[in-house]
Amino acid sequence: MGHYVARRLLQMIPVFIGSTALVFLMMYALPGDPVRALAGEQYSDPVQIAALKAELGLDQPIWLQYWDYLTGLVQGDFGRQIASGRPVADVIAEAWPVTVQLALFALVFTTVVGISLGVIAGLRPNSLRDRGLLLLTLVLVSVPSFVLGRMAQYFFAFQLDLVEPNVSLDESWTELLLPATVLGALSLAYVARLTRTSVAENLRSDYIRTAIAKGLPRRRVIGVHLLRNSMIPVVTYLGTDLGTLMAGAVVTEGIFNIHGIGNLVFDALGHREGSTVVGVVSLIVVVYLICSLLVDLLYAVLDPRIRYA
Amino acid sequence: MRGANSAKWLAGAIVVALAATACSSGDGGEDEGSESSKTRYVSINVGEPQKGIIPSDTNESNGGYILDALFAGLLTFDEKGGIEYLNAESISTEDSKTWTVKLKDGWKFHDGTPVTAESYVKAWNWSAHVDNAQQNSFWFADIAGYEDVHPAKEGAKAKADTMSGLKVVDDTTFTIELSAALPYYEYKLGYSTFAPLPEAFFSDPKAFGEKPVGNGPYEFEKWDHKKLFQVKAYADYKGSNKAKNAGVQYKAYSTPEAAYQDLLSGNLDIIDQVGPTDLAKYEQDLGDRAIAKPYAAIQTLVPAFYSKTFKDVDPKVIQGLSMAIDRDTITKTVLQGTRTPADGWVAPGAQGKQTLDTDVFKYDPAKAKKLIKDGGGIPGNKVFIQYNTDGGHAEWVTAVCNSITKATGVACEGDAKPDFATDLEARDNDEVKSMYRGGWLGDYPLNGNFLKELYHTDAESNNGRFSNKEVDDAMAAADAAKDLDSYVKAYQEVEKDLLNYMPSIPLWFYEMNGGHGEKVDNVDIDWHGQYKLYDVTAK
Repeated sequence: MGHYVARRLLQMIPVFIGSTALVFLMMYALPGDPVRALAGEQYSDPVQIAALKAELGLDQPIWLQYWDYLTGLVQGDFGRQIASGRPVADVIAEAWPVTVQLALFALVFTTVVGISLGVIAGLRPNSLRDRGLLLLTLVLVSVPSFVLGRMAQYFFAFQLDLVEPNVSLDESWTELLLPATVLGALSLAYVARLTRTSVAENLRSDYIRTAIAKGLPRRRVIGVHLLRNSMIPVVTYLGTDLGTLMAGAVVTEGIFNIHGIGNLVFDALGHREGSTVVGVVSLIVVVYLICSLLVDLLYAVLDPRIRYA
Repeated sequence: MRGANSAKWLAGAIVVALAATACSSGDGGEDEGSESSKTRYVSINVGEPQKGIIPSDTNESNGGYILDALFAGLLTFDEKGGIEYLNAESISTEDSKTWTVKLKDGWKFHDGTPVTAESYVKAWNWSAHVDNAQQNSFWFADIAGYEDVHPAKEGAKAKADTMSGLKVVDDTTFTIELSAALPYYEYKLGYSTFAPLPEAFFSDPKAFGEKPVGNGPYEFEKWDHKKLFQVKAYADYKGSNKAKNAGVQYKAYSTPEAAYQDLLSGNLDIIDQVGPTDLAKYEQDLGDRAIAKPYAAIQTLVPAFYSKTFKDVDPKVIQGLSMAIDRDTITKTVLQGTRTPADGWVAPGAQGKQTLDTDVFKYDPAKAKKLIKDGGGIPGNKVFIQYNTDGGHAEWVTAVCNSITKATGVACEGDAKPDFATDLEARDNDEVKSMYRGGWLGDYPLNGNFLKELYHTDAESNNGRFSNKEVDDAMAAADAAKDLDSYVKAYQEVEKDLLNYMPSIPLWFYEMNGGHGEKVDNVDIDWHGQYKLYDVTAK
């Protein structure tokens, strides 16, 4: 087990270097000069542009820029933003907590509600409630998140007057519940469908029949025997979902005016803030890698037949 | 039975979630309650400034808003484009070459140090110096000795630390000697870059940018990056634009729609631009709290005179294209009344603004067709309009293209660049296929600013590379005018003359579409579309 984790952690290093290099190269390949763009339609002074580029190291060849970036990154230095000159680490540190909170809320919501709905429907396949779930998930999958977000905002903030339309500057956790629900809605649909199918299938398996025949209480049959075996595909999905929720919150963050990672990357892309984009992407890559490791370890917990040496 | 239980549980979860969110609205609203006018902060949606707050390094509108609150320069402009002195007692000249500035007595920076002639001269010398790499250093280029501190050649070292043209006479007087006479130089001094800086700035400019100390109506309070910039009224302020509220909160919104939601729910007092999705209904929603007012900015189509389409073109062709654009319909429908059709190259709010006596800006398909034919037609019978897709331009570019094609049969296609940086790169490198979308917000409210900075052969922003010796000569003569009045008149003649050359196709002038909430009053905008926040009062 320990060996396995150590090996997986070591494997992360080349993946991490490769993915940052790729993003770095892509940012470099984009047309448009961020330093020049600072001047807008006004006069751009070549002397001033050259001075700024030299200060930021943007006048170096690409491989040297990447080497400098990587060595800085190892020492915890994410570089500086081009326009503001602020350390990227500070910028990310400001946006990170609220996004993590939002993504975790969404994940918890997805997991709890999604699995519950899936089990409820899966236990009685083709019943009315199963059809109901099918319809609900169909709606959630097909309605784009900006429509859902706007509707939720209109309904809860302006019709029912229960919440403020936007998340305030305090970003208190209660305010994040509505955006997290909207953010998690799509995943919720997938999780519910995955659980439902898995549960419905396993319900017919031999070991469930055996468990029932043994006279185990129904709660134990469903809660331990059925659920545990049905969770593998769901856990696989949820593992990758955390990263997606964090990186993909641009729309939800925009609607509820949350100053998180999604908006940071979106802005940074528009302004060609290469160091910011690569910094955020690197962090998300780390989140993905750790999540997938956790998922692999969870397999062993869920299914004792799976062992890691 | 089981089903009912689960359903109950689910309903319970939703209620809990809602109850929890409901609490939060109570918390957030607390500091908004029972406040009198003097203690209330006014909030506006102004996003994160691009850089630290340094007058000579700020050239975008978010930072500009904050600069105007924290700093008070020598002068500002009234709505008609006239000059109103702030920190200056008087600015005088005899030959338009040497200007004497007298400052008002007793002004102080927010840290308590006095504002003296030295505060200006030292700040300007620092800002102009090449080693400090300031975005706006070119604004000081008219001052004698600028080349010595900021050589034009890349990599060249400065020959001096200060500009020879700036001389401190006494504590409240200094003189500016220009390298050549400029009758309108006083107007340039109204740009926020010409602000004074306190001694504390020079020891650590970067730290200053994070915690600026100015001499304006408001002093710095806090900066919560990407979320909030807060300033409070400066009690000892002596200028005419003294704050009538307790302070201003500049709140960042990721979309104008989110800001509009907050305006409706009372969490935001003033919105600077209503987003496209809400434009259709904002006047209904806000009633007399809606604000729609034109300001000194223009949008044009600029032919690239080096491109295949427009190389050695007969101006008649460009006149024809101009007449093929149905400005009235497009501004009303596609642009939802956010622009007003142009009637010249100079935007409203600038001195010398005139309505040109011509039909070139009128939609007339028959004449448009004829003009293009008389002018020899367009090579390939096709034009492109270059624009950036991140600025909300795609819709009207398509509409203009359709209008041109429908009226004249000339094929027209948008040449989309993914963002502004890419768009600028193509302009800088002379790679525009035929026309590009040009925009200009007046630096100072004079007609010359809209003409010389864009259409003089050597103008930095002349990316269409229009070049005409007669126009250049006329501009040089106008710049050498004896006084401001004759300067403005001379440029009016230049503008009339431009009709014969068509250096660009004026499309429309910008209109500001904003509004304010129920808790504030006396909300109005200035000549370049910014709110006069110091005047806003709480109800």
